[in-house]
Amino acid sequence: MTASDLLEVDDLHVDFHTRAGIVHAVRGVSFAMGREKLGIVGESGSGKSMTGRAILRLVAPPGRVRARRLAFEGEDLIAARESRLREIRGKRVSMVMQDPKFSLNPVMTVGRQISEAYSVHARVAAGEARRRALDMLAAVRIRDPERVYDLYPHEVSGGMGQRIMIAMMLIPDPDLLIADEPTSALDVTVQLQVLAILDDLVGRRGMGLIFISHDLNLVASFCDRILIMYGGRIVESCAAGELASARHPYTRGLLECLPRLDEPRDPLPTLKRDPAWLAGKV
Amino acid sequence: MLRVNELSVVFGQGHDALTAVDRVSFMVEEGASFGIVGESGSGKSTVLRAVAGLIPDWGGEISIAGKPRPRRLDRALARRVQMVFQDPYASLHPRHTVDRVLSEPLTIHGVSGVEERIERVLADVGLGSAFRFRFPHQLSGGQRQRVAIARALVLEPSLLLLDEPTSALDVSVQAEVLNLLARLRRERGLTYVLVSHDLAVIAQLCDRLAVMNQGRVVEELGVAQLRAHEPAEAYTRQLMTASLGYDPEAIAAFKDFSA
Amino acid sequence: MTAANQGWRARLLSDAPASRGQARLGQWYRGWLTFSGNWLAMLGLLIILALLVIALLAPWIAGQSPIAQDLAARLQPPSAEHWFGTDAFGRDIFARVVYGARITLMIVVLVAVTAAPLGLLVGTVAGYLGGWVDAVLMRITDIFLAFPRLILALAFVAALGPGIENAVLAIALTAWPPYARIARAETLTLRGSDFIAAIRLQGASPSRIIRAHIMPLCLSSVIVRVTLDMAGIILVAAGLGFLGLGAQPPLPEWGADVSAGRKFLLDQWWIATIPGLAIFIVSLGFNLLGDGLRDTLDPKNGGGG
Repeated sequence: MTASDLLEVDDLHVDFHTRAGIVHAVRGVSFAMGREKLGIVGESGSGKSMTGRAILRLVAPPGRVRARRLAFEGEDLIAARESRLREIRGKRVSMVMQDPKFSLNPVMTVGRQISEAYSVHARVAAGEARRRALDMLAAVRIRDPERVYDLYPHEVSGGMGQRIMIAMMLIPDPDLLIADEPTSALDVTVQLQVLAILDDLVGRRGMGLIFISHDLNLVASFCDRILIMYGGRIVESCAAGELASARHPYTRGLLECLPRLDEPRDPLPTLKRDPAWLAGKV
Repeated sequence: MLRVNELSVVFGQGHDALTAVDRVSFMVEEGASFGIVGESGSGKSTVLRAVAGLIPDWGGEISIAGKPRPRRLDRALARRVQMVFQDPYASLHPRHTVDRVLSEPLTIHGVSGVEERIERVLADVGLGSAFRFRFPHQLSGGQRQRVAIARALVLEPSLLLLDEPTSALDVSVQAEVLNLLARLRRERGLTYVLVSHDLAVIAQLCDRLAVMNQGRVVEELGVAQLRAHEPAEAYTRQLMTASLGYDPEAIAAFKDFSA
Repeated sequence: MTAANQGWRARLLSDAPASRGQARLGQWYRGWLTFSGNWLAMLGLLIILALLVIALLAPWIAGQSPIAQDLAARLQPPSAEHWFGTDAFGRDIFARVVYGARITLMIVVLVAVTAAPLGLLVGTVAGYLGGWVDAVLMRITDIFLAFPRLILALAFVAALGPGIENAVLAIALTAWPPYARIARAETLTLRGSDFIAAIRLQGASPSRIIRAHIMPLCLSSVIVRVTLDMAGIILVAAGLGFLGLGAQPPLPEWGADVSAGRKFLLDQWWIATIPGLAIFIVSLGFNLLGDGLRDTLDPKNGGGG
């Protein structure tokens, strides 16, 4: 992969100021990425999703995003105005969420939603937008794009819905796609098929991909590089192929505690959490 | 312990009728642990709910401990068969303390020695008495699932139906719950029927399993056979391949078994 | 003292309560913290508490009788002797407003203790049992819902005779159907949930499930709705009084007093305005309280109830 210049994140923090006090969801995350597939893995509460949202500054109040540097292709996102951020979101950086049912507008056909996503950023005629949308549906391997174009979100299956979401997010030709558990709601075979499409499109367009997931094995087999998060920090960062030789006890523990088909272990090793992993200044 | 013969479940009527379970048969010996694996819509949870008595209309035969299961929920059967649900966030009453959750079944059945039973079952699932008066929102996901298991055990049933008991949990918590379930089965001589979409979870906890697709049992096999990568059916082999992670070539060869 | 204070606070907010009582109190205390953080809700609560105190201590606060006539001192403007002035019969309006709090409170309490439980029971039973029970109960509810409240209340009062008791009965009979609807809608979503399935598997009877598992969860939205409705109920009661079908003279009912004062509105504005303001303030109080309760009792907040 090329130089790490697509996205730079240095000392990213997300804090929530509540009546009960300040909750630090993300505590000093730093990484840089190029046009590669970067996996962020962690358990619930690790701050992985919040990190993904904070990159686009999509954290709702009372949450606050701070960073020493947060730059997309050299452009500072922390200092950027909201109007500039809106331009970047969608056009340059897209985001796919876990459940398509909540991300698609239920009263608009999926085709119209995709062509609208296109025409918002590229001012083209309606016919051209429709043609592009149909092409995109075909690109995510929907067999009969013309028919699917006129369906409403409730008329499509989970796997197809997620492919439609991906089509919608990729049609403005973004440089970076942030996918937050994009396939967790799907059956494992469908999940892999959707990932294969995503892999293909990302590779062909030379995009960057941030893939956020709880599934260590899946991320290791799908991504180029992995960040492992725990308690709002990155505890380990390694190339996907070198996961087996991970050093941090948390990463090792996560790998160990998965039940395996080939190697029965009874009882399963469990993860001993060390408070020291959370210690240190925020 | 459990015999299911030609079980069929149809939802809806007339044109909208959907056959969720289509002539499913299997048998579980006393003290054994039987797994049912399948993808969403395969009918695996429906089988479990029919056995539990949560679905009143089904065809075929279900017998528990040699006696045919009545169609209606049965108070006496509650002391033999209990169930653990998938989502520990939805399976505990939000306004009831752990104490209330555990004492209510005992009250319903007029069991004496409530105090000791509750203390013991809490200790058994690895929650101390410090947890006894907490509300669900004061517990983590794993702790909630332990409470749900304690609730299922407090009437001392012999057959436990487990509906994806770990799929809503983080992997590190999943390992703890799987270990707990294995230990409880050893200690109490329980019989399990475990439904999951995850072959590795089934292999961890069960001796035999049935693979379901589209409401039917595709094949039934031993876990040793599964571990040795020797399933007879292509569908099972595809599930196994998929569970190994992302591999573009293998995925390109995937077939659609929904037809 | 501060140390002791912090001691019980910590005990109440403890994540590991040691007894049933402590768990329950802790739940209530957490709810109170949410509620008291909302100043509008606190204002509502304050108004309702003031209503309670005034109703309770009416004879001492009023200082004079609300029905004693003094025709020599009729239609007097507010003064040191008659704070809110006097009406057409020379009765002290301040005393009438103060004693009127009792009648308003009585109406509110009677309606709340009859309509809310009835609606809750009908709604949860219909929702949980479903089938023909649901169909029958809900059609009955629809019949009551189909009539405008004031019209139905008018019909009842016309049939049973005017008077405060019949007015309350009429209002209660028209107030329960919305509660039944709310309770049923909530019950339908709860019915399929795993925790209900779990208790069914443990052999609990339908009556136990409805009583101990479903009702407590529907209760909070019904309470909120009742509180929000209170303003409307007071207005209907006042409306009946205004039309002469509610409280009968010489009872000091606010609505009837507004009605009596309207003849003098241009010259002696205080006769109708003061009881009208009382109605307005109490209605506002219940509305604010209801809004605050909704935020506090929302199960999504894990609040107590």
